Amino acid sequence: MPAVAETLETVRSVTGSTYKWGFETDLEMDVAPKGLNEDTIRLISDRKGEPEWLLAWRLKAFAAWKTMDEPHWAKPDYPAIDYQDIHYYAAPKRPGGPRSLEEVDPELLRTYEKLGIPLKEQAILAGVEPGDEDRLPMAVDAVFDSVSVATTFQASLAKVGVIFCPISEAVREHPDLVRQYLGSVVPAGDNFYAALNSAVFTDGSFVYIPRGVKCPMELSTYFRINARNTGQFERTLIIAEEGASVSYLEGCTAPMRDENQLHAAVVELVALDDAKIKYSTVQNWYPGDANGRGGIYNFVTKRGACRGARSRISWTQVETGSAITWKYPSCILIGDGSVGEFYSVAVTNNHQQADTGTKMIHIGRNTNSTIIAKTISAGHSDSTYRGLVRMMPKAQNARNFTQCDSLLIGDQCGAHTVPYIESRNPTAKIEHEATTSKIAEDQLFYCRSRGLSQEDAVGLIVNGFCKDVLKELPMEFAVEAQKLLAVSLEGSVG
Amino acid sequence: MLEIKGLTAVIDDKEILKGIDLTIPEGEVHAVMGPNGAGKSTLSYVLSGREGYEVTGGSVTFFGQDILAMEPEERAAAGLFLAFQYPVELPGVGNANFLRTALNSIRRARGEPELDALQFLKMARAAVKALAMSEDMLKRNVNVGFSGGEKKRNEVLQMAVLKPRLAILDETDSGLDIDALRIVADGVNAQRGPNFSALVITHYQRLLDYIIPDRVHILAAGRIVRSGGPELARELEAHGYAGLIGEPAEAA
Repeated sequence: MPAVAETLETVRSVTGSTYKWGFETDLEMDVAPKGLNEDTIRLISDRKGEPEWLLAWRLKAFAAWKTMDEPHWAKPDYPAIDYQDIHYYAAPKRPGGPRSLEEVDPELLRTYEKLGIPLKEQAILAGVEPGDEDRLPMAVDAVFDSVSVATTFQASLAKVGVIFCPISEAVREHPDLVRQYLGSVVPAGDNFYAALNSAVFTDGSFVYIPRGVKCPMELSTYFRINARNTGQFERTLIIAEEGASVSYLEGCTAPMRDENQLHAAVVELVALDDAKIKYSTVQNWYPGDANGRGGIYNFVTKRGACRGARSRISWTQVETGSAITWKYPSCILIGDGSVGEFYSVAVTNNHQQADTGTKMIHIGRNTNSTIIAKTISAGHSDSTYRGLVRMMPKAQNARNFTQCDSLLIGDQCGAHTVPYIESRNPTAKIEHEATTSKIAEDQLFYCRSRGLSQEDAVGLIVNGFCKDVLKELPMEFAVEAQKLLAVSLEGSVG
Repeated sequence: MLEIKGLTAVIDDKEILKGIDLTIPEGEVHAVMGPNGAGKSTLSYVLSGREGYEVTGGSVTFFGQDILAMEPEERAAAGLFLAFQYPVELPGVGNANFLRTALNSIRRARGEPELDALQFLKMARAAVKALAMSEDMLKRNVNVGFSGGEKKRNEVLQMAVLKPRLAILDETDSGLDIDALRIVADGVNAQRGPNFSALVITHYQRLLDYIIPDRVHILAAGRIVRSGGPELARELEAHGYAGLIGEPAEAA
């Protein structure tokens, strides 16, 4: 019935208007049949031209996965997922892999342009020195559904010995490094989703910073889910050798669809002596419509190992998207004097559910961790901070400081803080502070009486609330994140 | 310019304003004085559009526009400014950022070009200097950790930057020592001119020694009961509300 269709369209345009990344790209795709079995895994491995050891590793992970149950200890509530009703491989069709940007489907490049990633310009700029530009260039890896489609700046990074490439390429070009570190931080059988990822991961980014090298530019990966009924399982591996440092950022978007889509990534970070890794995420997967229909299920395992003395791993995340978020970027502080940091802003609106936080495992002496988590809930959404701080027996003089603040907008949403603290060392110091507040009517009126619209007032107050976290983001993304926060909360007041 | 006719308003079904008639011509400063519970703050909130105050009758026009039909931010864009009795804290929001966002919202609404960060800072620094304030004021978070006097001075700074055509000062003198009172009064006096009017709401005559009003109105039990020149404030000081309006002031 046209009337029904029209109504649907109207509803869609109204409720979807705040998600401007919701477009779909029409590409010829190479898609594996739905369902998950050993044949699917062999097909993925074959498509990627993988060595035998990796296929064996995947099959072992799959065997482990089959014995595991989906975890349900987190707060979000959702219907059972049929893991046999998902495509585990989807790639833009073309003969062979692209050797340069010229070989990339122009339709794809247009998609990335719409997302605000000027890949082509960056490639042209690649050979050019930054010169007067006060802003460093940024290297970008773009992952479309299951494959990495373009990586920029590889040549200039290679000059200083930095490897930044799709992980499928790293498997071919740098097999020893991949074999040494893959699964060394998040073992294949670590948890249900990590096991699933290990069995079927399709692409992702690989970063290697050699000894003593400070990566000369920000590295960034944009993940895009496009195909229908497709899961995205990317795998990221970052290794910083002794004295190396790198700042890495990932962004994520997806088209608006009525059905839910699964995203189960694994990220592993390894920092050796005096190495620094800063990992920032702006997660804006499609959150579903105002009635809670559609959206991405974001079940992600992220973990960093501070293996070396005085190494540092810092996670900064701005989570505004996804229907459900299940994510706990963690640090294993093994090296003496190593530092772990977690800065998080999680925004939920409409019917979104987020269960996110971190784990700080103090093993070495004089290890230090900081957790700043800001949770903003609006509409009918529900948000939980869940965090573990564990001081092991040898963690002499280890310290942790945790601050969890929740901001509620409206009276239909929920915010929960679930801290787990375990100390097995009497010299360890652990501090935990938590607050819950609402945006007060007088704050809104004060802003409006000065000329700000209601939405701008909410944006300003929320950004103020998140300031301690946003200042940890690289400059360019801090601005993007501020706008994103305001957009995510549009229509949440009044 | 501002014309209030027969204005009645209720809060939680209780009638607070019982028929206010008041006209402020362009370029004039009027004082509204009254005892606690007379409806002074209600009047300022009704004029600036705060939720929870229901207008049940009468009209308010500002340069001929019906402002009661407008949102608070539209009133600000039209040139109305309320200096709060209790300025609100905005944690994490820098004062300069707040002011620039406000100014640019107003400029956008008026179809004027927005100021970039540099243009704005130049202008804001000049305003801070003119008010003999510290530049730290711009760097701090809006009203967070400010003393009572600093909060009121911040209101005057906002007024100086936003340049309203009508400023409503809601008991701006409350809680101020004499030095702070002077700075606030100087700030208001600096704005005085043919294009600026003010409605100074106060309990005490003290502030009116520094901001000399063109007219003084006495508000009691929701009505303007007397109007006169600046001498009325002094008369009030000498005789008290009870002596002047012939009835005991209502309790707050």
